[in-house]
Amino acid sequence: MNHGPAQPELRGLVAEFENEEAIVEATQKTVDAGYHHIETYTPYPLDELLDIQHLHKNKVALVILIGGLTGCAVGFFMQWFASVIHYPINVGGRPLNSWPAFIPVMFECTVLFASFAALIGMMVMNKLPRPNHPLFDIERFRYATQDRFFLCIEAEDPYFEKDATRQFLEELNPHEVNEVEA
Amino acid sequence: MSQQEQAVDIEKVDKYTGDGFVAPEYNNTTVTQKISNIVLRSDTPWGWFLAVAVLLPIVGMLGISITWLVLIGTGIWGLNVPVGWGFAIINFVWWIGIGHAGTLISAILHLMRQDWRNSINRFAEAMTIFAVMCAGMFPLLHVGRPWLAYWLLPLPNTMSLWPQWRSPLVWDVFAVSTYFTVSLIFWYMGMIPDLGTLRDRAKHPIVARIYGIFAMGWRGASSHWARYEKAYLILAGLSTPLVLSVHSIVSLDFAVSLIPGWHTTVFPPYFVAGAIYAGFAMVLTLTIPVRHWFGLQGLITTRHLENMGKVTLATGFIVVYGYAMEAFISWYSASPYEGFMMWNRMTGQYAPVYWALIFCNAVSIQILWWKRARRSPLVLFIVSLIVGVGMWLERFVIVVTSLANDYMPSSWDYYAGTIWDWSLYIGTIGFFLFMMCLFIRFLPMIPMSEMKMIIPKHRNKKDA
Repeated sequence: MNHGPAQPELRGLVAEFENEEAIVEATQKTVDAGYHHIETYTPYPLDELLDIQHLHKNKVALVILIGGLTGCAVGFFMQWFASVIHYPINVGGRPLNSWPAFIPVMFECTVLFASFAALIGMMVMNKLPRPNHPLFDIERFRYATQDRFFLCIEAEDPYFEKDATRQFLEELNPHEVNEVEA
Repeated sequence: MSQQEQAVDIEKVDKYTGDGFVAPEYNNTTVTQKISNIVLRSDTPWGWFLAVAVLLPIVGMLGISITWLVLIGTGIWGLNVPVGWGFAIINFVWWIGIGHAGTLISAILHLMRQDWRNSINRFAEAMTIFAVMCAGMFPLLHVGRPWLAYWLLPLPNTMSLWPQWRSPLVWDVFAVSTYFTVSLIFWYMGMIPDLGTLRDRAKHPIVARIYGIFAMGWRGASSHWARYEKAYLILAGLSTPLVLSVHSIVSLDFAVSLIPGWHTTVFPPYFVAGAIYAGFAMVLTLTIPVRHWFGLQGLITTRHLENMGKVTLATGFIVVYGYAMEAFISWYSASPYEGFMMWNRMTGQYAPVYWALIFCNAVSIQILWWKRARRSPLVLFIVSLIVGVGMWLERFVIVVTSLANDYMPSSWDYYAGTIWDWSLYIGTIGFFLFMMCLFIRFLPMIPMSEMKMIIPKHRNKKDA
């Protein structure tokens, strides 16, 4: 691509579609045409898009599992340390490490840590919070959280060529095609 | 560029009584408009100001009640020597129970793929959070010296003392604080996409900025949705056993003691069912007027009300089973103290309270067998109020009758709440409703993104 010096760098091209079927069809065609660096933006999750973009595998569950196990261990250690090491009290010869009585607090700690892992893990892996984004500069992108569906082909895609890609997107019958500036 | 705003036929939607879960006028565009406009409109309805004007003095009364309690001590309450757990514990259990329906609706029904819950879950979760706030106040105030409440937490201290880990009262501290935190996370996470919608629809830049901060830059990318959905699903899976554990632990506060009428194994499931029952009643009590005032009949439809009526009836029967088992076991145990406890409940100094509770919780709900009653907002509203009262009476009977007349007749006494007990209790109701008012004014009370998932696809076609 031949970038003139005054031109802002292009991050990608984004096309707007009016309904679910249109975006699913367009995304399928885009993937079939060989584009890989694509992203879709929808007001609610669309399973078909997750299929097409192969997004079903992620590490959220693993992060939550690690969070939960950590919480469980912390919960046990806290009670065990207090009851056995730091301040042991002999009550009628009963065992100091009375672990069955520790289960409720261990359970609560497990859920607490796992929930934080869920929120924070999801955020971090999604690279959020990110209050601003080049896409927000596009006037109509605000409809992505309302009732419109957007497909973005990113400039880093090996098949990306400004004019050819734009023409390709135009042929998908979108409502509008816009440039995303970096 | 075509103007996307299309008008929903308000008249039609407000009168929607059809069998669907969403009125046919709603598609992706109109549902977004309808819900976000309640928040973003610039003309706050005068009724909202009226509600706030009525509720603020009650919140003030709560403040005065707490201040007076802190200054004078728990002597201003009606507590006496056998009855050390009065209104504070009754109200604690009542409020926390109400909170549980929020988690049930948002988590358990989500796991069971009951999509109809999508229009009431946000509302119910908000209810959970405010109810748990109210619940949490009572044990803190009941300890007598609330400024030392941090002693409940395992913090290093000069006396090297730790909480008693083998006590349900300490489990309760962990259960309730975890429950509050997790409910807040669940509620907030569910709201992130909708906060993005509000950011994008807000006309005023400062309003957009504020919602934008809380939306954290959400832009609805499919890769984000994939992680979001997974995290949300697992959170629902975590909240489900959590809600059961919380009320089970609350019931263990009673069941682990040796007081007649408390020392029973039926308590955990009986308390959980009672909690869900009271909570569903509270959801009905709140949604019925709100859907009427804000014209949400097309989103919280008659069919939603009918379903909630069915759940109320079903959980009501579990509670009735609990009452029957309490009576049966008190006879079957052949313990004279258990037998007396039950007989005393039915015929003793608190007999009117017991029979009022049976009327409210066992008799009044029988009307819900009729489909016409379940589909009538007025009938449901009245029944839900009766159930709310009944569940409060149930906790009163459990807490007070067992304590007031325990093993030793010489120590028996009569307990009743004082004016300060009542002002604190009514104050928390005012606080709860006040918080609900703020919530419906400033946050989307129905999840827009989730509603769009259950709207039939063909409604979003141009020619449809």
